[in-house]
Amino acid sequence: MLEITDLKVAIEGKEILHGVNLSIKSGETSVLFGPNGSGKTTLLMTIMGFPRYRVTGGSISYQGKDVTHATLDERARLGIGISFQRPPVVRGVKTRDMVLASLKDKNQTEMVNSLAGKTDLLDFLDRDINHGFSGGEIKRSELMQLLAQQPEMVLLDEPESGVDLENISLIGRLINELLQKSSPMHGRNSMGLIITHTGHILEYVNARNGYIMLDGIISCQGDPREILNEIKARGYEQCAKCTFRSAQNVC
Amino acid sequence: MSVNNKEKAKSAANKPAIMGEDVDLTKFTREAAPLKYQTDPSKLSVATKKKMLEAGVMLDNPDQRTGTFIQIDNTPVHSSVKQEGVEVMPVSQAIQKYDWLGDYYWKAVNVDTDKYTASVELGQNDGYFIRTTPGTKTDFPVQACLYLSKAKLAQNVHNIIIAEENSELHIITGCTTALGNEPGMHLGVSEFYIKKGAKITFTMIHGWNPEFAVRPRTAAIIEDNGLFLSNYVLMKPVKTIQMNPIARCNGENATARFNSVLVSTPGSNMDVGSRVYLNGKGSRTEIISRAITTGGYITARGYIEGNAPEVKGHLECRGLLLENKGAIHAIPELKGTLPGIDLYHEAAVGKIAEEEVEYLMARGLTREEATATIVRGFLRVDIEGLPQMLNEELKRAIKDSEKDLM
Ligand SMILES: Nc1ncnc2c1ncn2[C@@H]1O[C@H](COP(=O)(O)OP(=O)(O)O)[C@@H](O)[C@H]1O
Ligand SMILES: [Mg+2]
Repeated sequence: MLEITDLKVAIEGKEILHGVNLSIKSGETSVLFGPNGSGKTTLLMTIMGFPRYRVTGGSISYQGKDVTHATLDERARLGIGISFQRPPVVRGVKTRDMVLASLKDKNQTEMVNSLAGKTDLLDFLDRDINHGFSGGEIKRSELMQLLAQQPEMVLLDEPESGVDLENISLIGRLINELLQKSSPMHGRNSMGLIITHTGHILEYVNARNGYIMLDGIISCQGDPREILNEIKARGYEQCAKCTFRSAQNVC
Repeated sequence: MSVNNKEKAKSAANKPAIMGEDVDLTKFTREAAPLKYQTDPSKLSVATKKKMLEAGVMLDNPDQRTGTFIQIDNTPVHSSVKQEGVEVMPVSQAIQKYDWLGDYYWKAVNVDTDKYTASVELGQNDGYFIRTTPGTKTDFPVQACLYLSKAKLAQNVHNIIIAEENSELHIITGCTTALGNEPGMHLGVSEFYIKKGAKITFTMIHGWNPEFAVRPRTAAIIEDNGLFLSNYVLMKPVKTIQMNPIARCNGENATARFNSVLVSTPGSNMDVGSRVYLNGKGSRTEIISRAITTGGYITARGYIEGNAPEVKGHLECRGLLLENKGAIHAIPELKGTLPGIDLYHEAAVGKIAEEEVEYLMARGLTREEATATIVRGFLRVDIEGLPQMLNEELKRAIKDSEKDLM
């Protein structure tokens, strides 16, 4: 279970999140909608623990543990994983090295090739990570690393943006696998928090809750498909006043 | 050699080098006791062999090598070769054997370049001669080791390397010392001649000590369709090294490639570059250097001059500062003297990007592990045109030294 309480976050001294409340139960996936610049990425990066995103108030607890001030790698080892929207190029570090570094079980090195096959990245294993990768290749590479890492809390930042139609079903299947890999059936309790603009991902992922982020606050909560329809029909601003308004954030 | 060379050398005996700090040669001796010849170099002491192996010279496993040359102090203690068409011998012996060798002496390097070249001419203490006859291709690399065991010795060597037409010669050379912390000096002139359609790969691993002064003087002349590929690794402490090997691509479609990996620890001062003159139509070069400091000083130079039509050159200098001390000074230079040439460079000096460290930490690596992975990647060499075996050995040498770095 992930529990976020009254979370306030500042970047370079400027408050971006103004008191976010959100909880995700074990085994559940939520999607996060919201206009550009509303703070969605900031929320994900803060959950992961990037130091640039400074928590100025509130708390994050994960599996009953207060991780508000845990370091990035501590959180990764506790089972939180993120796909980067714009990961850096690391010259000399091969895609294979990244998958090996991500492996939950470091002995299962033979998994690297099967993961690369599954993500259609066999030709990329010996290339410098992210160097000259297209948008879709970056997405698949991020998912390949996460499949190696097998996090229980999966944070995905717009996994379908910039992906062509042909690849979107592959991405969808990979995300599904990622979420199921750590499902209760397999003895674990996966959770997902997925940022999406288009909602395409809802065709592949069984998300239980939807939220809208507006100006650094979670403004709505409800069924993700209904929220998506509302956004499509009326736009974000109207949606903020909608019936799915969450109890904590009365506009 | 000729009187002329001796005179030129004398006139340059006090001429400082245009780069690098001045080394007082009077603090060193040229004299060292002659040593016994070793028919079987695997009989050298375990400690000596270990040092040599660190520098890529394997004496217990000779089937991996086509030929071997070992010089300790001033004495060539071993030279042998297993393949027809390949010659490996002390240069003093080659001079006796071939009266034409004089045509190759001081033809690539100028004898009066500076006091160090002069010192080699005036006090030469041997060196190696390696040659492949026309059309011969070495099965395995030839290995050469220049080893210094006497404190305060200045080892002066003059090496001549010739690949005759359409031959292929792979050399791995290790220069190292038995001395732990005592001063010593290495002065090495190396002249490479790559004839039409020939290829030389030259992989050099240096391992000195914190009191060593090193002044190699190297130049290569490359004829039509020839290739000179030079790889240099220096990851151990040294007091001062300055070298700026020159490749003259005089032939049509001649190619020169330089790769270097430098790691400078506190107290080390390294000034290492490469100069390439693209004088032949369609000649090409690539100069790539990776420099890391953990507190030492590195000047990483690169110079490409395009003097002929359709030449291409690429210069890449990347430097990484791991601590808040030391410095890296990258000096990439390009000169073109006519239109229709294609030269470019990239240079970057900085610390490891925090964003990259965080990327790896998000996958569960600690900060230290993430940093080590990035440094390993930075130093990764995968050199096109180098035999697989040498690529592996180069990687192993780098890996062994990485341990000291982290
Ligand atoms: N590194 C940064 N420095 C300053 N402001 C930033 C930085 N990153 C994001 N912001 C600001 O924070 C706000 C939220 O950004 P972000 O979380 O990326 O929004 P979203 O993902 O919802 O589009 C925006 O106003 C953005 O300009
Ligand atoms: Mg965003």
